[in-house]
Amino acid sequence: MTTTASASAATSVATKARRLTGGFGGLLGGGFTGFVVRRALGAVVTLFVLSVVIYAVFYVAPGDVAQITCGPRCSPAQVQQVSEQLKLDDPIHTRYLDFLSGIFAGHDYSTGTGVLHCDAPCLGLSYQTDQQVTELILNKVPVTGSLAIGAMVLWLILGVGTGVLSAWRRGRATERILTGVTLAGTATPVFVIGLILMILICGQLQWLPFPQYVPFTEDPQQWAWNLLLPWVSLALIEAAKYARLTRASMLETLAEDHVRTFRAYGVKERSIVGRHALRGALAPVIALSANDFGSMFGGALLTETLFGLPGLGRELVQAVRVVDLPVVVGMVMVTGFFVVLANAVADVLYAVADRRVVLS
Amino acid sequence: MSEALLASETPGAGATKAPVPASGARQFWRRLRTQRAALVAAAVVALLVLVALAAPLLTALEGQDPTSYHPGLVDSARGGVPVGSFGGISADHWLGVEPQTGRDLFARLVYGARVSLGVALAATLLQIVLGVAVGLASGLGGRWLDQTLSRATDVMVALPLMVFALALLAVIPSSVPRPVLVALVVGFIQWGGVAKIVRAGTISLKSLDHVAAARLSGWGGVRIARRELLPALAAPVITYAALLVPTNITVEAALSFLGVGVKPPTASWGQMLTSADVWYQAAPQYLLLPAAALFVTVLALTVLGDGVRTALDPRAASRLRIGTGRKREGGS
Repeated sequence: MTTTASASAATSVATKARRLTGGFGGLLGGGFTGFVVRRALGAVVTLFVLSVVIYAVFYVAPGDVAQITCGPRCSPAQVQQVSEQLKLDDPIHTRYLDFLSGIFAGHDYSTGTGVLHCDAPCLGLSYQTDQQVTELILNKVPVTGSLAIGAMVLWLILGVGTGVLSAWRRGRATERILTGVTLAGTATPVFVIGLILMILICGQLQWLPFPQYVPFTEDPQQWAWNLLLPWVSLALIEAAKYARLTRASMLETLAEDHVRTFRAYGVKERSIVGRHALRGALAPVIALSANDFGSMFGGALLTETLFGLPGLGRELVQAVRVVDLPVVVGMVMVTGFFVVLANAVADVLYAVADRRVVLS
Repeated sequence: MSEALLASETPGAGATKAPVPASGARQFWRRLRTQRAALVAAAVVALLVLVALAAPLLTALEGQDPTSYHPGLVDSARGGVPVGSFGGISADHWLGVEPQTGRDLFARLVYGARVSLGVALAATLLQIVLGVAVGLASGLGGRWLDQTLSRATDVMVALPLMVFALALLAVIPSSVPRPVLVALVVGFIQWGGVAKIVRAGTISLKSLDHVAAARLSGWGGVRIARRELLPALAAPVITYAALLVPTNITVEAALSFLGVGVKPPTASWGQMLTSADVWYQAAPQYLLLPAAALFVTVLALTVLGDGVRTALDPRAASRLRIGTGRKREGGS
């Protein structure tokens, strides 16, 4: 449910809008490279703080990890043994430093009988299966990636298209209808629309199969066919958001003085809307897409669970059910990492888009 | 998702806006009253709140309660399908019964409104309180405090809400009632947006003459915040918060849908949808009613939130009302 992950989008878009209006001189004055470097350093600091916060929250808050890992029938002695194995008795900062060094240098875990090695970007081992968390996550990336990329292409086309259309037809019936539809779209949770679509299309009409993930490398056609419904469900909801954003940014540009000048010079309305106003909407749309792509986990969480796609979101839901802490913490960290990264990239893209607007 | 639009459509999110004058409240009502869509939405929201408040009364009227099992009303031989046509609708059970358990659907739906609205409002309040506190401290505090709090805010904004909430709800050992826990978790995660708005507003207000005068005459931070800053910050914060409510409703529903939010026997709309797909043929209302309830609630709150923004910041709204000069609600 991307609906949720987006207060972050909101604020960062707002920040960017402010940067757009106020921070220009500074940006160009400091040089583009300087800006990129500063932004990258900021991202690194945020990532570090993020990792500390997540680690602290999850390894301090929960109850008896050893007990849960061991299962309900464990004797106190067994629980103690598990706790020692997982080094749960060590002070929290030692464990965090261990964790951090694992990310850069890998880690060896003693199991009592032997040693389990965890390769360089080590996020720990699953309490349940001893599998490396990094490996576990990497295995799921293709599924979530397929879902995210397909849905994103769809929602960008649909959303920006609708936004442009309603800005162009402003004040007419078309716009009123589109505004109503997009409003309804933003008010529908993704799992509601997905559920209803699945029941209608897969259940009643049987136009599509109940989605089952088929790897792209195995059968591209089946891959797309099975993912079509998840794509559409996710895209419909997201498109509504983009349509609103596009329309609002375009209307704002259309109200500006230079557009009035264009009109006075007899530039055609179509060209004003299609070229100049759309350009004004480009930067916020880029910013929001980068952000959404980063926080795709949020949307994918519900979509994957609903359609039973074996991606990152469903993995997290399953890990959460059995309180497999290393997997949960690893997932949250990777998600946060992607969001921070995507935000940094969005900022840079935004600066690029800005400069073009200025130069033209 | 809606606050994404809010923030982007309201440049600076009210940071540099003039303070609301003393007659602000009356002006606000007058401007809100002129918007038909917002009025309808407000009526719907009022009705929903009434239903939530009167839930025990309504179910008493029906003669049912949300948690009693009625094994006689479901056909255990067919996996728990409600007995009778249309999912077991009868004079005793106005909307039928829940598959498998036979719990009264009307009662669960009505009590679900309590959870939905209650959790969302509580979470929003918490988000406002935390956001305002952090934002004010950040804006009024020294450089070091500001840096620390701003970094913390950035981190909170970077955390994807659903992922973090899901993970947190799973590991917190809960002796606390589930709905309270959900509200707390959502509130504690998602205050970054409010904090950013308040910080930006505080910094720009700090340089204004009347605030500077207050500082010079030796007023403390708390007094300045309460007397000079908060009245001026109310408009942008309310605007933002109005759209946090529908978001929080969706979040609660989503978490309950995933099975980590509000758990049975407490009724929640999202939780009802978890198993609804299995029963859609025998009891379609088991799917459609909670879905419709969610949709109507979120839609009404979003439209109302848009209306509130238009009423509080007519200039931003009128920028979007160009062209025909026809009256439209801004930025929806």
